[in-house]
Amino acid sequence: MSVTRETVAKIASLARIRMDEPELDRMVPELNSILGWIEQLGEVDCAGVEPMTAVIPQALRLREDVVDADPLTGGGLRDAVLANAPVAEHGFFGVPKVIE
Amino acid sequence: MTDLTDLGVKAIRDGVAAGDFTAREVAEAFNANVAAASALNAFIVATPDKALEAADTVDTARAAGKPLGKMAGVPIGMKDLFATRGVQTTAASHILEGFVPEYESTVSQKLWDAGAGMLGKLNLDQFAMGSSNETSYFGNVISPWRRKGGNAALAPGGSSGGSSAAVAARLCPAATGTDTGGSIRQPAAFTGIAGIKPTYGRCSRWGVVAFASSLDQAGPMARSVEDCALMLEAMAGFDPKDSTSLDLPVPEWAASLDADLKGKRVGIPREYRMDGTDPDILGSWDQGIAWLKDAGAEVVDISLPHTKYALPAYYIIAPAEASSNLARYDGVRYGLRELPQGANLQEMYAATRAAGFGDEVKRRILIGTYVLSAGFYDAYYTQAQKVRTLIARDFSEAWARCDVILAPTTPTAAFALGDKLDDPLAMYLNDVFSVPASLAGLPAMSVPAGLNGESLPLGLQIIGRPFDEQSVLNAGLAIEQRAGFTARPETWW
Repeated sequence: MSVTRETVAKIASLARIRMDEPELDRMVPELNSILGWIEQLGEVDCAGVEPMTAVIPQALRLREDVVDADPLTGGGLRDAVLANAPVAEHGFFGVPKVIE
Repeated sequence: MTDLTDLGVKAIRDGVAAGDFTAREVAEAFNANVAAASALNAFIVATPDKALEAADTVDTARAAGKPLGKMAGVPIGMKDLFATRGVQTTAASHILEGFVPEYESTVSQKLWDAGAGMLGKLNLDQFAMGSSNETSYFGNVISPWRRKGGNAALAPGGSSGGSSAAVAARLCPAATGTDTGGSIRQPAAFTGIAGIKPTYGRCSRWGVVAFASSLDQAGPMARSVEDCALMLEAMAGFDPKDSTSLDLPVPEWAASLDADLKGKRVGIPREYRMDGTDPDILGSWDQGIAWLKDAGAEVVDISLPHTKYALPAYYIIAPAEASSNLARYDGVRYGLRELPQGANLQEMYAATRAAGFGDEVKRRILIGTYVLSAGFYDAYYTQAQKVRTLIARDFSEAWARCDVILAPTTPTAAFALGDKLDDPLAMYLNDVFSVPASLAGLPAMSVPAGLNGESLPLGLQIIGRPFDEQSVLNAGLAIEQRAGFTARPETWW
């Protein structure tokens, strides 16, 4: 299976990466060479094989059901959370206007 | 007096504890080497003051007769994939340039708690995606090694290429690395040092910039097996903040090291004898087999029938996870924002990601997005996860016949920068021997085995059962003792 220029443009848009025409032209053969090579997986007989979900089997834990069980990942850290934002105003992340 | 920068982790720690030299003297010596090696481009940011500050804390504690940590007085390099509070953390990307974390990764915090200090943040392939350290936004790392009689710039391996170059060039006695498909082992092999990727889940992923979460695993890189064992003890351990962290005690790997392999069986996977593998690599593999026999091990032929499918499965699974993990870089919460005149929110996302990600990262995000997209998910992603099950099963069947597996780390010695840059597929194939153990979550290490005909280092890889880092380290030690690898790059930088 190979991808067309239109498909690559569609994927780039899904992935929210702007790509100009020359970049798309360059990307199409590169992706096709990688995807063509990946195709060989189709020849493996996987009848009755479960897809892997965890490489080292273990049960998922639940954290303690209390506020701020771990102070590092709990609440009350607004300023730290906003510290690296390109635009932060009035205690919020700033983005371009989304409602006309 | 010995040059302090020739000493490894254990020698520094013991020397500081014994009062042979101070931690400050050690930090100053390494700071000087870092400052003099800008030609290697191994560091994105140097933090000499951090190294001195940690050293002074250790010297003061020692003077007060307080107990010292496992890494007390040892200055290290930190791969710039680990979040470090107050110090820029970029993953070698433009999109995170200027990002100064408000928190510390679990692994780096454990190292500081053990008395280590930070010399700086080490360069790497962008978001750890690469095998040559040529995808960094901050420029290529140049290997300190050169071919005999040549001065072409060689790749230090990747993605932990800053780590490997810095340790080989004596800019630090040890460094952290991370391994998703071979990013500790391949650079270690290229630069004549040792490095171990432990069992998946041994080291916390909390605060490590995510690439492919089901594969990412941190580990130490150093110049001896014992130093790797010591540093891994300081890095490993249960962390409730990582949902896949192993809730197991950390063994005393260093104290339990034993190069006597009597009663141990070493598996030699026949599928790793691939067409086109460099004869020097095959020669060093045969030499490694002889060394392990000499150490008392029994050598057995084993089969890992799905080996050839590991790489293509990896190049579906890793990009799929990356495309999801890297969705967080949106120009809103941290890092770069590109806001063209009049752009709306969606256009801002797309412009930010176009400007902030390098070509290889974009390539992998696109592949990942494609294989996860409607209509292709089962054919690509589900099939790859089934093949991953088969690859893990190959290993678990092999453990009925052997205790560890010996293989080459890489199909060639270090290549020149630029050699594989135009062909992403050729670059991917360099990970052919390292990816299978990653897909199976197994502990695996590379140790130096010798030099090839061009005087470049070659590495041997040991793969072990889940949780059995000890057997991997023991076999590594047996090779290290017999290889007697003392070669080092001549200082040209």
